[in-house]
Amino acid sequence: MRIQLKIWRQENRATPGQLANYDLTDVNPDMSFLEMLDTLNERLVRQRERPVEFDHDCREGICGQCGVMINGRAHGPLPNTTTCQLHMRSFKDGDIIYVEPFRATAFPVKCDLKVDRSAFDRIIQAGGFTSASTGGAPEANSMLIGHDVAEAAFDAAACIGCGACVATCKNSSAALFTAAKITHLALLPQGKIESRQRVRRMVRQMDTEGFGHCSNTEACQVECPQQISVLHIARMNWEYNRALF
Amino acid sequence: MSNSDRDPETGISLVDGPVENPDVPSTPSKEAKLRRVKRWLSGTLSQKNLMALTGLFLCFFLIIHLAGNLQLLLPTEVAQWQFNFYSKLLSENIFIHIISYVLFASIIAHALYALVITINNRRANGKRYEYDHRGASSKWYSRRMGLLGTVILFFLIIHLRDFWYEVQFGHLPVDKDGQEDLYTLVVTVYRNGWYVLIYVLCMIALGYHLLHGFFSAARTIGIYHPRYVNWIRVIGWVYSIGISAGFALVPIYVHFALT
Amino acid sequence: MLNARTPEGPLEEKWRHYRSTAKLVSSANRGKLHVIVVGTGLAGSSLAASLGEMGYRVTCFCFQDTARRAHSVAAQGGVNACKNYKNDGDTIFRMFYDTIKGGDFRSREANVYRLAECSANLIDQAVAQGVPFAREYSGYLSNRSFGGVQVSRTFYARGQTGQQLLLGAYQALMRQVAAGTVMLFPRHEMLDLVVIDGKARGVIVRDMDSGAIERHGGHAVVLATGGFGKIYYLSTLAMGCNGSAIWRAHRRGAFFANPSWTQIHPTCLPQSGDYQSKLTLMSESLRNDGRIWVPKKQADDRAPNDIPELDRDYYLERRYPAFGNLSPRDISSRAAKERIDAGFGIGPLKNAVYLDFSRAIREQGKPKIEEKYGNLFRMYQKITGVDAYREPMRISPAAHFSMGGLWVDYELMTTIPGLYALGEANFADHGANRLGANSLLQACVDGYFIAPSTLPNYLANEIKSGPVAVEHPAFVEGETTVRRQLEHLMGIQGNLPADYFHKMLGLILYDKCGLSRSQAGLKEAIVEIDSLRTQFYADLLIPGGANLNSELEKAGRVADYLELGELMCYDALTRNESCGAHFREEYQTPDGEALRNDQDFAFTSAWEWAGAGREPILHKEPLVFECVTPAVRSYK
Repeated sequence: MRIQLKIWRQENRATPGQLANYDLTDVNPDMSFLEMLDTLNERLVRQRERPVEFDHDCREGICGQCGVMINGRAHGPLPNTTTCQLHMRSFKDGDIIYVEPFRATAFPVKCDLKVDRSAFDRIIQAGGFTSASTGGAPEANSMLIGHDVAEAAFDAAACIGCGACVATCKNSSAALFTAAKITHLALLPQGKIESRQRVRRMVRQMDTEGFGHCSNTEACQVECPQQISVLHIARMNWEYNRALF
Repeated sequence: MSNSDRDPETGISLVDGPVENPDVPSTPSKEAKLRRVKRWLSGTLSQKNLMALTGLFLCFFLIIHLAGNLQLLLPTEVAQWQFNFYSKLLSENIFIHIISYVLFASIIAHALYALVITINNRRANGKRYEYDHRGASSKWYSRRMGLLGTVILFFLIIHLRDFWYEVQFGHLPVDKDGQEDLYTLVVTVYRNGWYVLIYVLCMIALGYHLLHGFFSAARTIGIYHPRYVNWIRVIGWVYSIGISAGFALVPIYVHFALT
Repeated sequence: MLNARTPEGPLEEKWRHYRSTAKLVSSANRGKLHVIVVGTGLAGSSLAASLGEMGYRVTCFCFQDTARRAHSVAAQGGVNACKNYKNDGDTIFRMFYDTIKGGDFRSREANVYRLAECSANLIDQAVAQGVPFAREYSGYLSNRSFGGVQVSRTFYARGQTGQQLLLGAYQALMRQVAAGTVMLFPRHEMLDLVVIDGKARGVIVRDMDSGAIERHGGHAVVLATGGFGKIYYLSTLAMGCNGSAIWRAHRRGAFFANPSWTQIHPTCLPQSGDYQSKLTLMSESLRNDGRIWVPKKQADDRAPNDIPELDRDYYLERRYPAFGNLSPRDISSRAAKERIDAGFGIGPLKNAVYLDFSRAIREQGKPKIEEKYGNLFRMYQKITGVDAYREPMRISPAAHFSMGGLWVDYELMTTIPGLYALGEANFADHGANRLGANSLLQACVDGYFIAPSTLPNYLANEIKSGPVAVEHPAFVEGETTVRRQLEHLMGIQGNLPADYFHKMLGLILYDKCGLSRSQAGLKEAIVEIDSLRTQFYADLLIPGGANLNSELEKAGRVADYLELGELMCYDALTRNESCGAHFREEYQTPDGEALRNDQDFAFTSAWEWAGAGREPILHKEPLVFECVTPAVRSYK
């Protein structure tokens, strides 16, 4: 299959970037999208050109490191799929594919398709934990947690921190990411104790980082590889409003 | 918590502060309370809360307004008296007067906050995508609330000029019972086909605005349980279609039945 | 002869005794001590957080863009702990025995016992952190059976246990970062270890975003950098996983133990073309209901569903009737390779076997199978485009876990004083084959419980040594070495990308130092790797500059792999027996099973770096079995 690529190239944070055109004639439909980029990079290296820098690591959809805008959609055309799990069979022979980095003021572009998502770490640092130190934890079964509560907490905790929610949001809001952690911990008895200050601090940090408002368009839920529900955002709002009193 | 509790570089609060137990309400000092309220007001979530609360109030007002309008669908003679009577009833009620101030405040706050939020969001977005197809993952009207809102604001200006301004500052004729004849004013305006067309188009915009706004407001104030969420969805649809269709029906009916 | 410095006393008393007698550092002195932790997987994050809570000053590095992406995140199955919640007779000793037997009696008794002993506490710790383990409707923790043991001792959080445990550790780490006790440097790669007066005193790291070379000093250095299975190029590991940190420590004097013992996981997706970058792991749990087969005829090109029952060879059920499809990983992988090599492989490249669910679907119904494995079937369809409810899956073995790693004593200290290795980066607990759901356990136990107890025993003597000055000549020398190596790699300007050499090395190792090894093959491999290395230093091409440059990162890792690969071959060559993952063709029973030699090879091979181009030096740590008697591992 033949693919025309238009890839965002940007030397570093300071320089402006632009789209560059590449033609690949020998794409196998069974290749993953990142393997297609590998193929391109191998060609570029052999031509002594700087290869396209892109984030990736586990290539099985769990580490959350990969993530680019493909034809204007976060992680490409399939819903709930990471970039590494997207395969070239989702495209047609002769397609033009635009590849751009995730964009948000809070996610500055480092180089080509690599972005700095450390804002997410700082949101977690603001309170996304239980203050349980190592050692002396009580017997695990001394705290009973209903099956459904545990499952709901897992649903929220499954977030891989890829940033697709921010990239696809028209306001670059990090509400889904922040809400998922707030809900995960607010649901569990271990995390409930600190829930008030957690929600206040995490939301404040989210604002400080320069993410936008949530408009409830629900686009994040469609692109989220872990299908994190937007209802967690409502839950975050609830916790936030409650924390005022 | 004071500023010294925060990392000077990142602004992150340092964690070893006292833990507040939600089940045992602590009694923060007055200053702390004030600070908390101030901080609350500046947060993104709080701004959305204000949008939601003013929006929901406006939603409530629309019901009252529609109840009045629907009286125009009565047979002409009954409608005139009934409509004028209803207008008089409202305009003489002190409670309604107070509400009307809240109403204007709500409209202004809703629009201003929308502007502030939009500007912030633009800032958060940074550089635009060269090729943007993000629309595929959400409904168009949920992304175009600003545009729909602007249409509604534009409509509101015309609307207020034509009716509210006339009532407040114009000289209305009186009907045979001595009530101000708002009815005739309305019917006269609705005779204009263009006006009706614009009105109906604006009502469509209103319908979409309400459809997303009502549901979004419920989310913002924190209704998260899946059961209530479904109710909200159903109520939202019924409400939005009811309000916009109801409002649109009146000028169409008046235009075609009375001309 | 190496001394593991295992405490005296009966097995079950050793750890308690150690903890009661080890030196402590008073809380007032902890702030004077600085510990460097490399890696933020389960072992690294949990240790850094624990030390931070205790009041030590910690500097922590990871090459990922955030600590939460370390490859522990990808572990699917679960974590073992002997809580005996199921009342099925689980005890610490039984877990210890299962682990040591699963490792084919090639691990250290005291370490394995300690692993089992600390396992219960780990679950408590994780629950306190908010890890959402699966629960029964009663609210109690749920368990499942895993990896062919007779008890249910595996705790799990759907198919993402590693992710949830890692997030627990990551959050604890973030809490310490916010509290200012841990300084975290993501996107930093350790490129050298600094040793001063025989003690580990710091590291040289490279900021992968800016290209800056930095010196960091500390009173102890902990490597928790994971496994090096990516040396095979095609593996279940993440693209960035590497052996560089431990290899460079090895070059500075740390012994490397059992490097050739790599677990080849039987249920991975097969290679489909030469563009392929990794082989995705499909959870082992699939083997609970799936049946593995190949056609009885060679090169049978019929579609799987057209091959009648009579023409199918369920080779695991045939060879190992007692365990059948649930045979341990090493045995299943080897049996698959045997069939594939004999020409019975399936798929376009004839490199796979079928994993068939048709009987399970017939007997239990599709909804039941969907409930158990739905997410795995979806993942399979995403990657291959095939619906496994209709057609059997194609699977093949792939490199997965490094049992080998830096040699450590009972305290997890390497042969360099003050240098520790935790988790998969050390060699300690799994012997020649790791049991399912024990890797998460080892990483966590090392990081939460063991190292926080053993590090103070060393650090107590460092209180008076004052801050480590990074102006010391050893740091200068380290930085110069690193700079020179980077310049050298950049300067070659040949014609081939680093990946080319990596792939070639992978082919050599899969072929000659993979599932089965032979003396002749290993000798060839050593020669081939040597000439590949020569070619690497003559024909490597790295475009771009010295700042953010992923080709430069890859090249450095491949340079290390080319040395490590050779060491693996030496290791496999000297071990004239078959045990666990190490199968030497010369040492097998008449019916093709592994033939272990406890008489001559009941030892851990620990290799010393002798300098570039020299044969490594073998040291032995004898394995003394006081509490168990090595027996033949039979699954027939």
